[in-house]
Amino acid sequence: MRRELHAEWTKLRGLPGLGWWAPALVVVTVMTGVAASAAVTCPWAGCGSDAAKLSLAGVQVGQAVVALLAVPAITGEYGTGMIRTSLAAMPRRLVFLAAKAAVVIGLTLAAGTVAVLASVLAGRLILPGNGFTAAHGYSALSLADGPTLRAAAGSVLYLALVAALSLGVGVAVREGVAAVGIVLGLLYLPQVVTLMTNDPDWQRFLLQVSPASAGLSIQATVGIPSLPIGPWPGLGVLAAWAGAALLGGGLLLRRRDA
Amino acid sequence: MTVVTPYRSAVRGARDGFAQLLHAEWTKFRTVRGWVAAMAVVAPVVIALGLFSAAGNSSSCSDGPKVVPCPAVPLGPGGEAVSDSFTFMHRPLGEGGGITARVTGMTGIITYPPPNHDQIVNGLVPWAKAGIIIKESTRQGSAYAAVMVTGHHGVRMQHDFTHDVAGRPASAASPTWLRLTRSGDTITGYESADGVHWSTIGSVRLPGLPATVQAGLFVTSPADLTVKPNAVGGSIAQARFTQATAVFDNVDLRGAPPGTVWSDDQIGQSGTTQWEQEHKPAGVVSSGGTFTVTGSGDIAPIGQEAGQSIEHTLTGGLVALIVVMIVAVMFVTAEYRRGLIRTTLLASPRRGRALAAKALVIGVLAFAAGLVAAVVTVPPATRILRSNGNYVLPVSLLTELRVMVGTAALFAVAAVGALALGALFRRGVAAAVTAMVVVVVPAVLATASVLPLEVSRWLLRLTPAAGFAVQQSIPDYPQVIGDYSPQAGYYPLPPWAGFAVLCGYAALALALAVLRMRRRDA
Repeated sequence: MRRELHAEWTKLRGLPGLGWWAPALVVVTVMTGVAASAAVTCPWAGCGSDAAKLSLAGVQVGQAVVALLAVPAITGEYGTGMIRTSLAAMPRRLVFLAAKAAVVIGLTLAAGTVAVLASVLAGRLILPGNGFTAAHGYSALSLADGPTLRAAAGSVLYLALVAALSLGVGVAVREGVAAVGIVLGLLYLPQVVTLMTNDPDWQRFLLQVSPASAGLSIQATVGIPSLPIGPWPGLGVLAAWAGAALLGGGLLLRRRDA
Repeated sequence: MTVVTPYRSAVRGARDGFAQLLHAEWTKFRTVRGWVAAMAVVAPVVIALGLFSAAGNSSSCSDGPKVVPCPAVPLGPGGEAVSDSFTFMHRPLGEGGGITARVTGMTGIITYPPPNHDQIVNGLVPWAKAGIIIKESTRQGSAYAAVMVTGHHGVRMQHDFTHDVAGRPASAASPTWLRLTRSGDTITGYESADGVHWSTIGSVRLPGLPATVQAGLFVTSPADLTVKPNAVGGSIAQARFTQATAVFDNVDLRGAPPGTVWSDDQIGQSGTTQWEQEHKPAGVVSSGGTFTVTGSGDIAPIGQEAGQSIEHTLTGGLVALIVVMIVAVMFVTAEYRRGLIRTTLLASPRRGRALAAKALVIGVLAFAAGLVAAVVTVPPATRILRSNGNYVLPVSLLTELRVMVGTAALFAVAAVGALALGALFRRGVAAAVTAMVVVVVPAVLATASVLPLEVSRWLLRLTPAAGFAVQQSIPDYPQVIGDYSPQAGYYPLPPWAGFAVLCGYAALALALAVLRMRRRDA
């Protein structure tokens, strides 16, 4: 497995544009979070805004950047024919996929941690100026606070799971552009489709099973009882999606010709 | 002696015109089965989502345990849905004449305002209205012109629900003289601080006004709107009862047909609140030439809080838009991957033209798919919604056309933009992710209630997602306080301005793509 990991790491390093991928993830995530934090004020006590979720809002755009790495990591091999060399060198296909997933997820975890920590720091600096003060019931964002720590750590895990989902879809679809369309469609569209029904039970159900809205409930620190799904079960839903995609992709990889 | 014959190709010239280029690009498109299939599912996806969601949405009104037909929403002279409820002390008025009155002051109450929503306070909402009005009849939605004192917006002249002209910024507490004169179809509004020196606010024509109309005093006060964040990260709008009371004197009506008298009515009131039952009922109290008029409601257009808009049936368009943009990206990046681009540029060395032909082909295809989708979705889905008891806000045929053609144009321009990104980046995944992040992601985040309001508004001003504004059928009005948030279906830019933002981005991407194609080796 070590040799497979090393091979995958070498290939990933060689991906065009990898040098700016990690900075792009951090910048996009932090800037979106900064914009969201700067635009919201808390004019009175009990204004109900969720400070942790607000400063981590950038994850909602950052996830697209994660797909930008994770999908080409596998579909690029199909595009150039590298996959045949890879599978000749690593005939155990599931081990190959596992090594690739480990490397991609590891890199996402590393860059995601930086992005999330920077977002929390930015929120800590910006939000008190917008009325998120002790007088209005908000202490400065701090990772020593249990729910904030859960939101931050959960956001990093969320990005890693999106990477796993992207990889799974990529290996199943093999065509990069189509795979990216499917991944981003899965992440963003359920929220829109939810708006098309006015049946609250259906809406709740859709929010509970769609990967992004369920997974992002990990960021909530306010009003948790009224969420469609709790923080950890929500992240579990995304994990199920990612697991299913990787498993399905792995089975297809084993069955199909490369 | 040698004769030099210059080389002449045996192939006839004039085979590299733009028409041939278009034909070539169309051939490239239609021979890839996946692209044709993807474009072919665009319309069915939108139609299926629109019709199924319309069929699944039903609404009914109940009076206690039994289901009753929902009360009809009045329509204004322009055909738009309006709110038309107020306390009206009125008397018939003939073809020529007018009414003058002095508003000596206006007071009111607001129930349970923020921050704690726990008490009833004295105060006026910004658009509480007290003044004089000339109205076609007491029927809700009939034509009118009025001059009034408002809570925080000074003296105004308004007519036919959607029109508003500002007068002096007078305070609601100081006495203000108001006058309306009628001459046939024309109504002119005046104001004065002392009843001696009058200034004209405006003059309006109300076409088709009958010989006898109703003129008189009115007071109304719209509900107090508060918007607070909800648990999922968006916002919830809540409206709370308010009431305004104004004192009038020096009431002088000229031109009333002989034998008519003053009467008063509650226009459009359904039920009374606890406040009205126990503290102050709506109505008119007169004593020695002074009239104290109390009322609630509004005389104004109503928006998407009252019902669904027709563009709501096109929400599935976002799904289709992703498909269209993915195909557009592949349409160009596939050429780079397979090396076909070298053949393309060999056949058409003028690179800008080659890209223009590609853009035209994908743009026309996307437009056609979008138009079929919109035309087959909007009218039937609207009919299904209405037959299920839902209130769909009425719009003019022109607006409906704009929504449908605008959707098709949105698809076309987004496809051209995606194509340009593909040519710019040459790598499919990067181009596709960029196209999604700038078009679909802002639209989803802003409209699906996950971002704070101001962030949503800025996203829909600055990003190409501003183009979705072309689908908005119900406008927002500065003289109405409404929940004008993207979540409620209101875009910060007017329809064509938003669409222009999208076009600007697409043009920029296309220009950069041409520049890069010319400079770099293929």
